Amino acid sequence: MKQSAAQNAAATSAALRLESALALLAQSGQVLPAGDANNAEWLQALIDGLCALSSRDALTGLANRRHFESVLARELDRVARAGEPALLLMLDIDHFKRVNDSRGHVAGDIVIKAVANALQQSVRPMDTVARVGGEEFAIALPNCPPAFGPMVAERVRARIEGCRIDVGLGEPPIGVTVSIGGAFAPQWVRSSLGLWMERADKQLYRAKTSGRNRAEFEPAAVSQVSAEEKGLLFAAPGTVSQLKQP
Amino acid sequence: MSDAPVTVLTASPRARISAITSGKGGVGKTFVSANLAAALAARGERVLVLDADLGLANLDVVLNLAPKVTLHDVFTGKHTLDEALLEVSAGFTVLLAGSGMVEYSRLTPEVRDKFIETINAVAPRFDRVLLDTGAGISDVVLYTVSLADEVIVVVTPEPTSMTDAYATIKVLASTQKRRAIRIVVNQRVPGTDARSVTAQLQQVIDRYVSPGLESPVTLELIGDVPSDASVRDAVRKRQLLAECFPGSPAAQGVAAVAVKMGHVRS
Repeated sequence: MKQSAAQNAAATSAALRLESALALLAQSGQVLPAGDANNAEWLQALIDGLCALSSRDALTGLANRRHFESVLARELDRVARAGEPALLLMLDIDHFKRVNDSRGHVAGDIVIKAVANALQQSVRPMDTVARVGGEEFAIALPNCPPAFGPMVAERVRARIEGCRIDVGLGEPPIGVTVSIGGAFAPQWVRSSLGLWMERADKQLYRAKTSGRNRAEFEPAAVSQVSAEEKGLLFAAPGTVSQLKQP
Repeated sequence: MSDAPVTVLTASPRARISAITSGKGGVGKTFVSANLAAALAARGERVLVLDADLGLANLDVVLNLAPKVTLHDVFTGKHTLDEALLEVSAGFTVLLAGSGMVEYSRLTPEVRDKFIETINAVAPRFDRVLLDTGAGISDVVLYTVSLADEVIVVVTPEPTSMTDAYATIKVLASTQKRRAIRIVVNQRVPGTDARSVTAQLQQVIDRYVSPGLESPVTLELIGDVPSDASVRDAVRKRQLLAECFPGSPAAQGVAAVAVKMGHVRS
């Protein structure tokens, strides 16, 4: 069986024109598959390389929009039934056009790369950072309790604000800020990718219109239960009856 | 006056609508809905279970149904309501949401209208409609609960379930002016007590919820369903507990809920 599969692969690869696939991989700096070009393993490595390439953003190496959407879709499925909280942050570099206009597109690209790097470093390894547009980024944070959302967003915001981005050529470093919008996936409810992104986008818009360099979240649900309430909920019955009427 | 009507012994022209909700998912809400429907049907009621857990319901799984026509088809106008009503062997009727209801996970005026339309169409034809709502406290869940005459919160003795049940009751009390909430304690493990679970919830409500309202919120324990291995067996067989293990402690617990619910109508 194995023999014939390899023979098939050899026959197939002989008939395939792989030059452009190999050129793409080489151009992206990926290691070309080693070994005999006429076997299934080699072809598999080539395909794996192409898959990796098609899920990454060329400039920053972050997840691209396509890959990010598949991550979010998986997260929605999990949250819907398991009820674990998951956070989506949408981010946008403030006044990025000014950087491009005054310092040129090369500097603009350097800024995008620096922001991408800083974002990646300010979240957990399990989180997915993506570049979803020109100067737009998004982060999916699985298993992130609602109380931590604003803390995470603030950490990200402060880290970007603190960056001095060296664009070389003896020019002064550039500092940028980001606006952030956050939305939690609705727990226990089947939702859609579009709705979740739209909700986070709405908060990003709020952050932009209320001064930039800030994070906005959907207002906390009325359903939040305070620590005092929880304390009483799990206290022995009757022990607090004298407190009943405040 | 919210008192019972003076006329007695006439069939209700409109079903009593009971919303079954939980706050937390996975506490057996759909199990309670389906088996309660069977128990009510066994007592002679015409019962409809309406799967309001849009797109995420397990009712079809619990009842081993493969519906061809669902609420989604009714909403989109592809089929009539009658085509979507499905009678099950246990003697009650179900209306399944079906997949493809994702678009209804956001409450738009259109979704509201369609819900009202459906409820109004089915209410005169049954004695009881059980709304198996989604978990959580999303606007769709709150809306479907708002259509009900009474609310039944399913809770387990676990801290997470109790916390979410409390949050749900709090929201229903403040946004829907609910003052009487009925409690079914499900999956009660040995060493816990349904009355204590209800008393714990009532204690926090008395302290943190009722003082802000014109009248206090009262919980009424109407069900104590013990944790029971036969529930898992029934689910695995994809049969109703009431049908395959009618004598099991959990089945009897659910049957007792039906008796208590029946009393409210007299």
